[in-house]
Amino acid sequence: MARRYSAWSLFAEGLRGHVGWTPAWTSPKLKPSYDFVIVGGGGHGLAAAYHLAKTHGAKSVAVIEKGWIGGGNTGRNTVTIRSNYFFPESVALYDFALRGYETLSAELNYNIMFSPRGIVTVAHSDAEMEVAARLVNAMRLNGADADLLTRAQVLAKAPLLNVSDQARYPVFGGVWQGRAGVARHDAVAWGYARAASARGVDIVQNCEATGFLVEGGRCVGVETAQGTVRAGAVGLAVAGHSSVLAKQAGFELPVRSYALQAMVSEPVKPCLDTILLYPGTGTYVNQSDKGELVMGGGLDRMPSYAQRGNPPVQEAVISGLLEMFPAFGQLKLLRQWAGVCDVTPDSSPLIGPSPLPGLYLNCGWGTGGFKAIPAGGYLLAHLMARGQHHEISRPFDLDRFRTGRLIDEAAGSGIPH
Amino acid sequence: MQLFPCPFCGKRAETEFSYAAEAGKTRPEGDVSDVAWSRYLYAENNPRGATREIWVHLTCGEYFVMERDTVTHAVKSSASLRDAL
Repeated sequence: MARRYSAWSLFAEGLRGHVGWTPAWTSPKLKPSYDFVIVGGGGHGLAAAYHLAKTHGAKSVAVIEKGWIGGGNTGRNTVTIRSNYFFPESVALYDFALRGYETLSAELNYNIMFSPRGIVTVAHSDAEMEVAARLVNAMRLNGADADLLTRAQVLAKAPLLNVSDQARYPVFGGVWQGRAGVARHDAVAWGYARAASARGVDIVQNCEATGFLVEGGRCVGVETAQGTVRAGAVGLAVAGHSSVLAKQAGFELPVRSYALQAMVSEPVKPCLDTILLYPGTGTYVNQSDKGELVMGGGLDRMPSYAQRGNPPVQEAVISGLLEMFPAFGQLKLLRQWAGVCDVTPDSSPLIGPSPLPGLYLNCGWGTGGFKAIPAGGYLLAHLMARGQHHEISRPFDLDRFRTGRLIDEAAGSGIPH
Repeated sequence: MQLFPCPFCGKRAETEFSYAAEAGKTRPEGDVSDVAWSRYLYAENNPRGATREIWVHLTCGEYFVMERDTVTHAVKSSASLRDAL
């Protein structure tokens, strides 16, 4: 076990000039064989490895990552964590993840800086207030926290909002989820990596998966840039590139890849202490601890694997922000980036066995994978260790596209990812 | 702003266009199994790199086939459905 982080260890290191810190995780060479191999060293893959070791007692686990851990979508999002979904299956999944985040810093002994500052989803008309009330009722029935806010309550939470009579998208009220929040994205990947490494998981970076080893119709290993590795079970947690890996395994997924972009302004003094979403403009924004305004919007308009994003959507996000907060028009843009998202037809993830026995899927999270990391990792680990679904992941099996039992959150909660 | 070539109107701004589907899918006929039908409805080739897609130019209303690259976004060709299929 790596040394425990604490106020005392920080103090003691401070007295010694901080020369005693050791790497948070080890970087072993890939062995020829493991019980479990996970492709993809993002939050979901690292969390799955952690739970295989911790929850299921696995002794031989490897995570292989094409680039560096947390360098894909785990490092390319707007860090919003929430469970304001409509269907019982979705709330069970995302609230499980949110509860995981609430205790994650203590569980991993790593400060992920979870900040439950709440999210307001604004309603722009009387009709939207009716839909907002429906969503609040559904969330409460499903066991998540939710409140309906009046216009005055929304403006009290975000005093800089556009209150002009001329506003294109006026504030009528909104849906409030107070337990929602943000966390430090790198810390989530690093915290899981450190905790997994301490339990004997091999984390192998710069190790791209180039194919799968199939014997007797079963996946028994992975071809990688660092040689072939055999495995009792293989997990796939490669958001954005799931179709590429699926093709190597010989099947197609109901997934289309789109770029989702996000950007931050220059840092300013604290002026927004909640997460705000305007369905009218599609723009969402929060303020980071450094003071930058972190914003994003909808997906780019064309299927893409380019991690950059196109100017028309960038313009839509920024004009949406200025509709919400006219005062932010004076700010300069600091950085812009994009991640490649797996988008499914019903805006819900794919968790379950793949068409190739021995290979398990955790993909299709669309634009909402970061918020689901504790759940996605736990459920993938359960699948790989037991060979069968956890009750929370069962509805998200690939077979829902054959049976027609879709979980359409684009229609249910208006979250079209 | 990227310019896309409409086979009927020439080069126009990307915001005038909307992606419709991957080209080359054919609707299964006759007694179709649920597996084959769901594959037709939902499965995507979703290639990284060269791709062939059906787009619509919203301002003229015409559908057409465009070949482009999903990594570089470079457009290779566009042709009317009649010419392409």
